[in-house]
Amino acid sequence: MSILNFFGRAPKKSAEAARERLQILLAHERAGLQGTDFLPQLQREILDVIRRYVEVDDERVQVSLDREQHLSVLEVNIELPVSGQRR
Amino acid sequence: MAKVIVVTSGKGGVGKTTTAAALSTGLALRGGKTVVIDFDVGLRNLDLIMGCERRVVYDLINVINGDAKLNQALIKDKRVENLYVLPTSQTRDKDALSQDGVERVIESLKADFDYIVCDSPAGIERGAYLAMYYADEAIVVSNPEVSSVRDADRMIGLLTSKSRRAELGETMPQHLLLTRYDCERVEKGEMLKVEDVQEILAIPLIGIIPECPSVLQASNIGTPVILDEKSQAGRAYAEAVGRLVGENTPVVVPKAAKRGLFDRLLRRSA
Repeated sequence: MSILNFFGRAPKKSAEAARERLQILLAHERAGLQGTDFLPQLQREILDVIRRYVEVDDERVQVSLDREQHLSVLEVNIELPVSGQRR
Repeated sequence: MAKVIVVTSGKGGVGKTTTAAALSTGLALRGGKTVVIDFDVGLRNLDLIMGCERRVVYDLINVINGDAKLNQALIKDKRVENLYVLPTSQTRDKDALSQDGVERVIESLKADFDYIVCDSPAGIERGAYLAMYYADEAIVVSNPEVSSVRDADRMIGLLTSKSRRAELGETMPQHLLLTRYDCERVEKGEMLKVEDVQEILAIPLIGIIPECPSVLQASNIGTPVILDEKSQAGRAYAEAVGRLVGENTPVVVPKAAKRGLFDRLLRRSA
């Protein structure tokens, strides 16, 4: 046991990091949420709705996901053209 | 001109993904724009080793099926400039990986990247075949252990006869990377020597990665081990990357550290 350990300020062990990462990941995968399979469809539908109002370039769409223990953030970034004209 | 490099082995568990992660990171650190692709459809793991498992939205199969654009599926590494990961899908559909799909993806990556590193699955099935088919160069990973050397030999045969380069009558440079090398056991005569493996496989040696606790630690925290510059394995990978880009540094065979009497006594009693 190191001095740091003794005073309870030990840096986090890597095995602990491994356990946490696996717990988060597997919780999602077992819940079937990893089936990010619905995301392409979701993206298409969101875009279809937006296209009813604004012209959107397919290249200007960014989708990102960040999974945490208790919540996941799905971020859809759509860059609108400057003029943003109505159709 | 983009270069496609496959990391392959035949046998599982010898360190392909660890190696693909380390080499691609090393190539990017040297300034080459690099993407590393996971070909192990159904058993995705490169994302975990690269530490981007929570950021996977789209994957290789989505791109092949036209459900996502290539740049949507590429995950930019947060630590190293110029490094991207293309994860694979968890689907159980064996036919998800189509040959023309893989060709399209690799061809479009070539326009944008300097290095395309393909992390092959174990075995010699479709995934492993497609991972190596479009390669310009191959890293054959083997442990100094009989079954691993035999499978590596099998893989070398496939690379030499079934890759696109082979079919076109071109040469396919292949390099041997020996991993989990334990010099103490070699010195005790318990493990195959570098020369033994090299003599059997007869392809040039690009590096020897010593058995090293840092590899497990790196995988625990999702960091390619090459970023652990103080570790033996990290340094060995950095040297291998140097050779891969053409540096002419000789491969030094690791030697067991001579232990003093005091140290030996301590180890005995431990």
